[in-house]
Amino acid sequence: MAFIPHTEADVAAMLATIGVARIENLFDEIPPDLRVKSLAGLPQELNEMEIGRLMTERARADGAPLTFIGAGAYEHHIPAAVWAITTRGEFYSAYTPYQAEASQGTLQLIYEFQTMIARLTGMEVANASMYDGASATAEAALMAVRANRKSKSARILVPTTLHPHYRKVAVTTAANQGLKFEELPYCTAEGVTPVASLARYDGQDITALVIQQPNFFGCLEDVDALTDWAHAHAILVIAVVNPTSLALLKPPGEWGARGADITVGEGQPLGVPLSSGGPYFGFMATRMDYVRQMPGRIVGRTLDVAGHAGFTLTLQAREQHIRRARATSNICTNQGLLVTAATIYMSLMGPQGLARTAAAAHARARELVAGLTRVPGVHLAFSSPYFHEAVLQLDRPVAPLLRSLASRGILGGLDLSGYFPELGHALLVCATETKTSADIDRYRAQLSELMQAARAA
Amino acid sequence: MSNVPADLKYNKSHEWVRTLADGTVEIGITDHAQHALGDLVFVEVPEAGRVLKAGEPCAVVESVKAASDVYAPLAGEVTAGNPRLSDEPETVNTDPYGEGWLMRLRPAPGALTGAALLSAADYQKVLDAEGG
Repeated sequence: MAFIPHTEADVAAMLATIGVARIENLFDEIPPDLRVKSLAGLPQELNEMEIGRLMTERARADGAPLTFIGAGAYEHHIPAAVWAITTRGEFYSAYTPYQAEASQGTLQLIYEFQTMIARLTGMEVANASMYDGASATAEAALMAVRANRKSKSARILVPTTLHPHYRKVAVTTAANQGLKFEELPYCTAEGVTPVASLARYDGQDITALVIQQPNFFGCLEDVDALTDWAHAHAILVIAVVNPTSLALLKPPGEWGARGADITVGEGQPLGVPLSSGGPYFGFMATRMDYVRQMPGRIVGRTLDVAGHAGFTLTLQAREQHIRRARATSNICTNQGLLVTAATIYMSLMGPQGLARTAAAAHARARELVAGLTRVPGVHLAFSSPYFHEAVLQLDRPVAPLLRSLASRGILGGLDLSGYFPELGHALLVCATETKTSADIDRYRAQLSELMQAARAA
Repeated sequence: MSNVPADLKYNKSHEWVRTLADGTVEIGITDHAQHALGDLVFVEVPEAGRVLKAGEPCAVVESVKAASDVYAPLAGEVTAGNPRLSDEPETVNTDPYGEGWLMRLRPAPGALTGAALLSAADYQKVLDAEGG
């Protein structure tokens, strides 16, 4: 379905039909003193030529650095066909169509996206997407409180190894709705949540346990034992996962004896370029038992009156336009354009392509860790297995080194000292299939030189 | 014309209440309510042990066109939700006053006598006033 703006004649015809002279009159009920005449702090509008030039200059200021930062957003190769197809006029709208069923192509795409996410995560049903991984995690916590009817406490156990931004967003979103987030400690030698540390919660009323795999440090948690512990105590399991990793790791639907109950994650690695933090998209999947507690839109496949297969929005009684204040969530949309890109990315890669991408990225990360830990004063922080990113500990402050590296065109990773001061001079580094041996060697050589110079000074 | 059994109590939001021999009560939605909702596709009933205040939303009935909350007609503790409805929600359509009951409740002290429930005749007047 094409997206064509209204002509002046269309607008005039619509106004005449409802007997209104001007569009402005539709806003008459807003008192004049409540209307904002001009928005302070916003610059004058720019035309397409001007904005194009401004953005080109800003992009040039960023340069084209060699990036070894992961920490939740990952640089992967995106086949050229992904965005060539995504930006076709038929797809190029960022929004859910209001007359959803008139856009069968869009609905089919979302249905296929849901199917791919369900298969990738090993879950029974997925929704049409969320805003990003962090807000999807917050929504999963709210959903767990609705779904776990045996628990009255709204207490959510959150490992310290969860992405710190995700925890902050979850608290911001859900703390005022009565949810209580309690942090689980991690083992500073292994970088994971010790299953034994959960014993202190035995016998308490806990609603859900969040498990990020791989965790923020890139380390692999003992997801089977954590999941089984939770289920033995009538606690729901919220899995937070990197979709690329699922091509190699066990999907959440198979964690422990019964599998995770809700799975969420950041979808950016699936065909969405790094872009100053977004827009990205989140995904969410669950068991059929809990589908009515799931937020967001869901597309279903059905038959029309003539018996032809078609697609429709379904289970809408969960949503705001029907349930009003008692809806499962205030999300009533999805990240349409980015989901389009992700669906095309996944269909072009296929399961084998995604597995090769994951394996290649991990091989580069191992090469990076091996290279950087050859530099005197650098060692691997944790003993646990990791997936395509890892924490290094240095013998001196990380921030000045990162600044010097940046001036040489290398983004060397994320300084963890502000997030995890107990780890000392810690640096989270990542490599994907986009990095070559020469890139890694360049980083190693530059870091070695800088650390040597710092030691001599 | 809706079926309004004479031996039950009702409230204006279209729930019915039946007093059982053991002093607990059975609660459901009326024939008028199930008819207005249409074919039910999902019913959510409360867990046993949940303590309800009168007027509190305690169950959800979802049809192909709408979802409605069911309100507790009186205060009490839930002794059972109808387990059959998770797999056969249409039972509420076919037998709203029998197999389609939603929950059983042990009324809080004085709740049954204190609740302003309607007789069948008075509930019929409510329906007549609504044009039903």
